[in-house]
Amino acid sequence: MTDPSWIHGALVAARPQAVGALLRYFRDLDTAEEAYQEACLRALNTWPRNGPPRDPAAWLIFVGRNAALDRVRKDSRFDALPDEDRLSDLDDAEHAAAERIDSGDYRDDVLRLMFTCCHPDLPATQQIALALRIVAGLTVPQIARAFLVGDAAMEQRITRAKARIGAAGIPFETPNAVERAERLAGVAAMLYLIFNEGYSVAGDQAAAALCDEAIRLARLLLRLFPAEPEMMGLLALMLLQHARSAARFDATGEAILLDDQDRARWNPAMIAEALALIDKAMRHRRPGPYQVQSAIAALHARAATPDATDWPQIAQLYAALERMEPSPVVTLNRAVAVAKVAGPEAALDLIAPLADRLDNYFHYHGARGGFLLQAGDHVGARRAFDRAVSLARTPAQAAHIRAHLDRLMQAR
Amino acid sequence: MLYAIFCYNDEAAVGAWSQEEDEAVMERLAAVQAPLAAAGRLGPVARLLPTTAATTLRKGREPIILDGPFAETKEQLLGFYVIECESLDAALDVARDLAIANPGTGSYEIRPIRYYAPNAATDI
Repeated sequence: MTDPSWIHGALVAARPQAVGALLRYFRDLDTAEEAYQEACLRALNTWPRNGPPRDPAAWLIFVGRNAALDRVRKDSRFDALPDEDRLSDLDDAEHAAAERIDSGDYRDDVLRLMFTCCHPDLPATQQIALALRIVAGLTVPQIARAFLVGDAAMEQRITRAKARIGAAGIPFETPNAVERAERLAGVAAMLYLIFNEGYSVAGDQAAAALCDEAIRLARLLLRLFPAEPEMMGLLALMLLQHARSAARFDATGEAILLDDQDRARWNPAMIAEALALIDKAMRHRRPGPYQVQSAIAALHARAATPDATDWPQIAQLYAALERMEPSPVVTLNRAVAVAKVAGPEAALDLIAPLADRLDNYFHYHGARGGFLLQAGDHVGARRAFDRAVSLARTPAQAAHIRAHLDRLMQAR
Repeated sequence: MLYAIFCYNDEAAVGAWSQEEDEAVMERLAAVQAPLAAAGRLGPVARLLPTTAATTLRKGREPIILDGPFAETKEQLLGFYVIECESLDAALDVARDLAIANPGTGSYEIRPIRYYAPNAATDI
């Protein structure tokens, strides 16, 4: 029973519930975090000896609360509370604590903790950093590595974010149904930001961990709100994208396009889980952007070979997404599907009105170059690819477009 | 006697394992299964997707379909084994070995099987 990995798993799993309950109790983020840290230290000390408690989250909440209160009570006339070494044998004390925190409280505690991190005053990068620190429990150096900044800079970023939400005030009243739905939507968007932060960086371990965390937190949220089709869609979307992670980059870190990926290296368990979630979400007949995006990703995942991809269906789904959330990037993606169904000219017509708004967007020029090349306009394709290279954000993006340019040069 | 061993654990804790940890646990569990398989005593083995992928149909005049598992519990059914054992003690020994291979939180429920049709479709 000395293997620490199960303790680590139990502590990480209990963290959102425990910190969320302690936050409700102390109404202060730093106090809640310190109380949780103290409880973890005591768990590392007593759990290997006594075995795991029956309800780790309740144990951590109980012990964390007592540890924080002890500090206040030391000099007062109140009797000391039983220490946690005896406590873990005292099933009734633990049970009483667990019973007082019913599942409804758990739900709103976790949601509040996550929602606190997506305060609109915070820029996206601070929201993500804060959520990874407070909700997921990643260390500052872990987060700093994922964002490619120094530890001190990240520490400062998180401290500043905490000060801002402290000044703005955390909403402690129990949310009504409308507020709960708004909070869920805000948290869902934040989880997808975390995922994309990890997804956008090539084959980097620290960044890939962000994808795992986003998926883990989305599963937790869906367990608490099991009948939310958009949460199912979001989790499915992230699983389908993450399922390809082993196939997305070659040994030199160059991006491998979907068409060229070795589909045998896609993760079948993640795909199966995602498809099950999409099936469940469809039953609710309440479509939303995450469900549509996950349905598109599922059509790619279901195709055994690139040629078997159901492009007409994908083009339709992008059109549906365009109606729900009009954006030039969605139109650009629809154009890629339209090019497969109706040819490059139709795609070029579709993206022509986007030229101004997407002029500084790498993927616009990359895709446009591809359409022009297909249409036989080599001079236009070259110009578009040159522009894409100048806008590339990563070496892999630039290398990918240069490969097109090299082929164009050879064709001449 | 045939026994089912049902594996219960907090799926959030299992979900917090890193891929390396997960693979290491699966490898140790496979080592427990190997001698049973070699002796022809191992039946179906299943690891289930998370309960968020589950749907429940509650019977009634109009069956009700609910998202999620049958019951909301602190530990969830995450998988099961079917094994052939001479006695409860022998089945408990297997469960003990599984618990050593995968220590920490969770439980194994040992449940004797009343009716077993591994190839039900071809038997009918």
